[in-house]
Amino acid sequence: MDKPIRVLVAKPGLDGHDRGAKVIARAFRDAGMEVIYTGLRQTPEQIVATAIQEDVEVVAMSILSGAHNHLFPKVVSMLKEKGADDMLVVGGGVIPDDDIPALKEAGVAEIFTPGTPTSQAIQFIKQNIKR
Amino acid sequence: MADKDNQDVISKAKRDWEEQRLEKLLSKRPERKDNFVTGSNAEVQRLYTPNDVEGLDYLEDLGFPGEYPYTRGVQPTMYRGRLWTMRQYAGFATAEESNKRYKYLLEQGQTGLSVAFDLPTQIGYDSDHPLSEGEVGKVGVAIDSLKDMEILFGGIPLDKVSTSMTINAPAAVLLAMYIAVAEKQGVTPDKLNGTIQNDILKEYIARGTYIFPTQPSMRLITDIFEYCAKQVPKWNTISISGYHIREAGSTASQEVAFTLADGIAYVQAAINAGLEVDEFAPRLSFFFNSHNDLLEEVAKFRAARRLWARIMKDRFNAKNPKSMMLRFHTQTGGSTLTAQQPDNNVVRVAVQTLAAVLGGTQSLHTNSRDEALALPSEESVRIALRTQQIVAYESGVAETVDPLAGSYYVEAMTDRIEKEASEYIAKIDELGGAPRAIDKGFIQKEIQDSAYRYQMEVESGERVVVGVNKFQIKEETPKGLLKVDPRVGEMQKAKLGELRKSRNNVKVSEALEGLKKAAGGDENLMPFILDAVREYATLGEVCGVLREVFGEYKQSVVL
Repeated sequence: MDKPIRVLVAKPGLDGHDRGAKVIARAFRDAGMEVIYTGLRQTPEQIVATAIQEDVEVVAMSILSGAHNHLFPKVVSMLKEKGADDMLVVGGGVIPDDDIPALKEAGVAEIFTPGTPTSQAIQFIKQNIKR
Repeated sequence: MADKDNQDVISKAKRDWEEQRLEKLLSKRPERKDNFVTGSNAEVQRLYTPNDVEGLDYLEDLGFPGEYPYTRGVQPTMYRGRLWTMRQYAGFATAEESNKRYKYLLEQGQTGLSVAFDLPTQIGYDSDHPLSEGEVGKVGVAIDSLKDMEILFGGIPLDKVSTSMTINAPAAVLLAMYIAVAEKQGVTPDKLNGTIQNDILKEYIARGTYIFPTQPSMRLITDIFEYCAKQVPKWNTISISGYHIREAGSTASQEVAFTLADGIAYVQAAINAGLEVDEFAPRLSFFFNSHNDLLEEVAKFRAARRLWARIMKDRFNAKNPKSMMLRFHTQTGGSTLTAQQPDNNVVRVAVQTLAAVLGGTQSLHTNSRDEALALPSEESVRIALRTQQIVAYESGVAETVDPLAGSYYVEAMTDRIEKEASEYIAKIDELGGAPRAIDKGFIQKEIQDSAYRYQMEVESGERVVVGVNKFQIKEETPKGLLKVDPRVGEMQKAKLGELRKSRNNVKVSEALEGLKKAAGGDENLMPFILDAVREYATLGEVCGVLREVFGEYKQSVVL
């Protein structure tokens, strides 16, 4: 069997809504992944440092406060700077459709909006990690 | 309700009905499902009869509205006397923008204000703090100093409106700013009506905008209780909130249990600080969620009222009836709204509005249909407000008090929720009270388990969410969503720069120094905070001083 996928579930910014992050973390774990959850109020610097230290293959971020346009691209570019651009970065939360093309342009592989089944996120990760 | 003979007669008749009628039908036409459950996963029987409420004692368990145990409501006439306060939670971008929205809502017939602050404000950072980047003005209005607060309430007479402020960790600072704005309008503090949320325990549990550790946070809260009892007597000093606990995924019973357990902790803290229970308890208020399971929600509100009355009387020996009354604000369930077919949310909100009103709420915020997509547009907010007005003026449910009392199902469920919540509270007592139970992650874990179970039910199709896992359609990208001007952050920063130059910085430093000293001792901090905000010390500066003295809360993360 392949070794399990390692995922960092992260809450960037000041947003305290962590129901989605915790549900998805658990769904990833139940799908056989190794999950690290950062807890609230992480700066992009902290997320990148944890991702590298924990040697994850996926960074999954959740934001419901509207700060995604600022924070998601920042994490992607900092990962690149640190030479960790092989990590798959995905995001979820209350994110308007209009914002999605620019986020993908910036290097976020996929955005999962409200109502997405956890199974869909799991499948996306399995198909898109770089191994 | 029924005497023994009568119960036996009913039991026998029910058995006959089951054998002669029901079984025949079921063999030909089985029911839709094997098990029926509420929105919170509690079992629902096919039929409720007087025998399901056989233990109910009318005078003891229900009584009359405005009387202990307040199951039927906190006022004798309820909505026949006055309708609930229609209060839409609003705030975004700058104080100028939000002030415009408040005036619009007041023109549309709203009867109270409810202020949403942005995250930096809620966490005690100024708009120019590095952690504020990207968040300024996003989920609410940015308030950095008294200057912003003066603009926010410009042209709104503070002796005429009641204002609710969703502010917790820095509640003392925002309340001080509100008092200072009123002073400038010539309104004395004793004329002020309103509420601060000021409920830090649920921030640790579910909402996340904490700053300080538990001990100093509880002190700030009891300082506010004490100060307001003397200076701002009509102010609701806390809104003990189940709303966010439910949004985080709890069941209805857990919502009641964890909210009242938090309430117990606040009352105990105030008593420990030397306050008389009947001095502060009448100003405690509550805040609940209203979800889609109409009858379960009605039962929840009734159970919460009865249980709190009993706790205040039996546990804390309150004597003043007002100390035993659970008065509450309700908001419809944001997490029940779907991004898919957003117009369907209008119907969900209408059902939830009915639940809140049939449950006897004192005020209500109705969510807007587009909230799973963005901040609500003006048009969506108007429909949400109209929903309340239709229920108030057209549905007829406001014309009598507690109309669902006596329903076998509703009464049985009211009992069940009270019992389940009491069991949780006993468990939390065993763990050493709510703050300890939170430190141990017990409350968070219970909520997460419920949230995860719900998500799996939706994904398996066991639980139907219209438009999400059934009755889907192909949809266009929704139009007309509200966008916050991305320049808000820069605008706030510029304003703040101006302020720091134009105010009397010597006086600001003196006031902050005084506050720091007081924070290290045990004086009431409210007068010191007031001095600082009057000199235009910023929210970030005031909270910064307190951070230095108190330190910061460390979240306990459980998965």
